[in-house]
Amino acid sequence: MGAYILRRLALAVPTLVGVTVVVFALIRLVPGDPARLVLGLQASEEEVQRLRVQLGLDQPLPVQYARFLGRLVQGDLGRSVVTGEPVTREIAARLPATVQLAVASTLLATVAGMAAGVISATRQYSWVDYLVMTVALFGISLPVFWLGLMLMLLFSVHLRWLPAGGYGTPAHLVLPTITLAAFSVAIIARMTRSSLLEVLHQDYVRTAWAKGLGARAVVLRHALKNALIPVVTVIGLQFGGLLGGAILTETVFAWPGMGRLLVGAIVARDYPVVQGAVLVFAALFTLVNLAVDVLYAYVDPRIHYG
Amino acid sequence: MWTRASTTVSWAGAREAARTPPTVWRRLRRHRTAVAGLAVLATLLFVAAAAPLLFPEDPTEPRFERVLRPPSWEHPLGTDNLGRDLLARIAYGGRVSFVIGVLAVSFSALVGVPVGLLSGYYGGKFDLVVQRLVDLLLAFPGFLLALTLVAVLGVGVTNVVVAVGLASAPVYVRLVRGVALSVRQQTFVEAARALGASDRRILFRHVLPNCTAPVIVQSTLQLGTAILTAAGLGFLGLGVKPPTPEWGTMLGEGQTYLFSSWYMATFPGLAIFLTVLAFNLLGDGLRDALDPRMKLP
Repeated sequence: MGAYILRRLALAVPTLVGVTVVVFALIRLVPGDPARLVLGLQASEEEVQRLRVQLGLDQPLPVQYARFLGRLVQGDLGRSVVTGEPVTREIAARLPATVQLAVASTLLATVAGMAAGVISATRQYSWVDYLVMTVALFGISLPVFWLGLMLMLLFSVHLRWLPAGGYGTPAHLVLPTITLAAFSVAIIARMTRSSLLEVLHQDYVRTAWAKGLGARAVVLRHALKNALIPVVTVIGLQFGGLLGGAILTETVFAWPGMGRLLVGAIVARDYPVVQGAVLVFAALFTLVNLAVDVLYAYVDPRIHYG
Repeated sequence: MWTRASTTVSWAGAREAARTPPTVWRRLRRHRTAVAGLAVLATLLFVAAAAPLLFPEDPTEPRFERVLRPPSWEHPLGTDNLGRDLLARIAYGGRVSFVIGVLAVSFSALVGVPVGLLSGYYGGKFDLVVQRLVDLLLAFPGFLLALTLVAVLGVGVTNVVVAVGLASAPVYVRLVRGVALSVRQQTFVEAARALGASDRRILFRHVLPNCTAPVIVQSTLQLGTAILTAAGLGFLGLGVKPPTPEWGTMLGEGQTYLFSSWYMATFPGLAIFLTVLAFNLLGDGLRDALDPRMKLP
């Protein structure tokens, strides 16, 4: 098992390096001179040239990339053009809030989505099934930012139960978590239902019923275990969507995370911060997919990891 | 908007059905939810197309004598912070959203389908390089990729189309490559080759037609995703520039007035929701209608 994890980890390295190439190349596509962008139109040509040399922009691109990568492995992502702070410090200040939101939403989506899927599958074609599937279809069609605003309107403005935005207490976490999880709940519910329905029609499940096992044992212990494999894949893939949704959710609820950092940096044309934030988002997604692959080996005994 | 992997189409068996469009249409008509989706889309498209006739006044012109009016007979959805009729702006905004959606999806199909076709049909080194590239792009959450592209390219309709289109091109590469890979090994391709057909002829006459059904289904679902992504960019203020009415941008403007004037954010969002829902209903219906193994009532 340990060897398997190590091998998967080694395979993730080229992907991560590729991600750095993509991000580096993308940021270099920005039209205009970065040094001029930083200093503004009033700066003299000498000042701009000095900054160009200082930032290494006078070097060929491969050299620039090698330097960028060299600094990156030392945890140096440059400095924010706006605040002058190291980008890593800015990210470190914002990352916990995003991780908190993403983890809470993944937990909610997994529990609620699987529960809804099991309920729906065990009552196929009943009104409960139709209701759950209709709500799930709505869930995958809802714009996450609109859902957030509507929840805010209902629970913060009208009912005054929960704060409309901000960060700190568990109450602040409720609305952003529901908003961000909605899409994933719907996807996981749909996947659990179809996967479980397929398994429920298999012979070994009929055998379990024939043995006289109760519904709980048949569905939860025998069927669900095998139905879980595609569900785990979907939960991992959802995480990417969740990160994208987090950018919007954070904006709606004034949540001080990476998403708002990124959007603010884009608006301010603070490219070192944009570059750093995009890198961290992509790295997070890659690592979660890696974790899912490892989790697979636990869920599916057919996968050999010797 | 961030659904690339989750809405990938399973297309198995869709080929035979694709050759006989009347059958598909008949099957689709019996699919109740697909018909509902089609009806909603037709209505929205009609309102968007006929907007200049239905709402003759300029949807970008401020009217300060009537700002932030709640819904009434005169303004069924109210007016915004600059006194513009929200119903009119949503109708005109539909034109922008639909055009962005169609262009972005066409763009990703035009990039993704040929690449996937060649990658799957020829295989070898080209395939290997393309697949690694696709892996890399899929390492970025879809919305993040579109957002980064807009950050680099700048805002505006064209850049939003390019950003949203490029971000979902890998989905088409994957989809079409899969079809090409399986078709390549079929007996009829072998027969064509034995008869002396060129690669070009096999690609256009045999492989490409087999991709039509899955590409149509994927594009329908992708239209919803594209509109959602573009609206998300607009909401962040990184999409279409005001005063052009676009649903996401309008929603972003409405957020400021959420506590005093709920209608400003509510109705543009409802329009996005209905559109995406309709595309999802139609896409699911098309998938069922194109799959001959699927029994329909």
